Amino acid sequence: MKPAPFDYLRAETVDEVVEALRQEGGDARIIAGGQSLMPMLAMRLARPKLLVDIMHVDALRRIDDDGKTLRIGAAVRQAKLERHADLARRQPLLAGALAWVGHAQTRARGTVCGSIAHADPSAELPLSLMTLGGSVHLRAGRKRRTLTAAEFFTGMMATAKADDEMIEAVSFPTALPGTGYAFTEVGRRHGDFAIVACAAMVDGNKATLGIGGVADVPTVRALPLPDAPDFVDSLNQYAWDLDARDDLHATARYRRDLIRQLGRRTIEEAARCRA
Amino acid sequence: MPRLSAEQKHRVSFTLNGKSVSGMAEPRMTLSDFLRHEIGATGTHVGCEHGVCGACTVQIDGGLARACLALAVQTDGCDVRTVEGLSPDGGTTLSILQDEFRTHHGLQCGFCTPGFLMTLDALFRERPDASAEQIRETLSGHLCRCTGYAPIMKAALAAQQRLRGETIQENSKQENSKGDSHA
Repeated sequence: MKPAPFDYLRAETVDEVVEALRQEGGDARIIAGGQSLMPMLAMRLARPKLLVDIMHVDALRRIDDDGKTLRIGAAVRQAKLERHADLARRQPLLAGALAWVGHAQTRARGTVCGSIAHADPSAELPLSLMTLGGSVHLRAGRKRRTLTAAEFFTGMMATAKADDEMIEAVSFPTALPGTGYAFTEVGRRHGDFAIVACAAMVDGNKATLGIGGVADVPTVRALPLPDAPDFVDSLNQYAWDLDARDDLHATARYRRDLIRQLGRRTIEEAARCRA
Repeated sequence: MPRLSAEQKHRVSFTLNGKSVSGMAEPRMTLSDFLRHEIGATGTHVGCEHGVCGACTVQIDGGLARACLALAVQTDGCDVRTVEGLSPDGGTTLSILQDEFRTHHGLQCGFCTPGFLMTLDALFRERPDASAEQIRETLSGHLCRCTGYAPIMKAALAAQQRLRGETIQENSKQENSKGDSHA
């Protein structure tokens, strides 16, 4: 398995990146950590004419915490965010989710924004961004726009990003006082893609449950707390509404059951973690 | 850096196990192929070529990396470490980690071994006190079809104990010498 030929450009500024994208459009792909794109190149599912390497652009390597959001630049590796001071307190859901992303060997290379751009329906970071109500900062030429996660993810490995646009950064809202967060998933082995992944937030008597691995994009829904009389029915309805499918890894029925079991457990854990 | 053309080979240079190496690569050449075919460093094994098996795991600038998921041109100017760099004297003596793999039968065919070794080497450097659970989780990024993993875990734990013992000895020596100088 060898990639088809492509040109390679090691960019040093954001201007260089967006200029290359403007010239080449859909024939160019950005390579960051390469943990999703390189397998696609090896299997020739992607055959770009040009790869633009953004890992040497200093402006994209920053993690900025303005008190309300953690803004993570496009060249920030997952391992760097994992080690970011106080991440477990600043955003426990993100800290919890990161431990499930691939393996230590892939987190050491893979970037946070790369996983968002790849938009795999089973991936942990898109699910976290959706559940927390985060946003994606895009840039084409000098034009910048910011989309909510819900606007950004449009389908299975499909996003609202145009061919000449790059992700400059993503923003995750930081933890709110009095809100509890939790993340859990079930896969065949640790590090495999999730069969079902759950991300939960609990604030007062309101729960928010995000589910990945079932529909084409991660979904988020408000639910009552597990001790409310309508909880079981609401969660069951959520499980049915996602139109789970049978595939090689699990049956639709198993996925629905996982949503009911794992969904409840994740919400309960988030409720326990309320600060 | 100018745009590197797909049609041509380009010079790629980096530090490999402390020595400068250099070779020619098309942009699409992976680091794993570059190491083996251009440099002749065949200690890094190539299994699945899409980042699943972990056999080709190396260290780039101190961090772990699947060499099949990195391009040679991306590695230009980096500091790369492979299994050939583990031996303390360049190949005659086994490192503590390698020695424990031999003692505990942590390998049979040996195909996956370089990857396991590079991961454990990085793990014990970063977290000398990693728990058995953390070691197991970190090793989940590697596939071994011979051992059933139990001997690998035994070898890892034994190596960790020896490495910690040696680190503690070294520290206490330093403390002693500090004590001496105060006296």
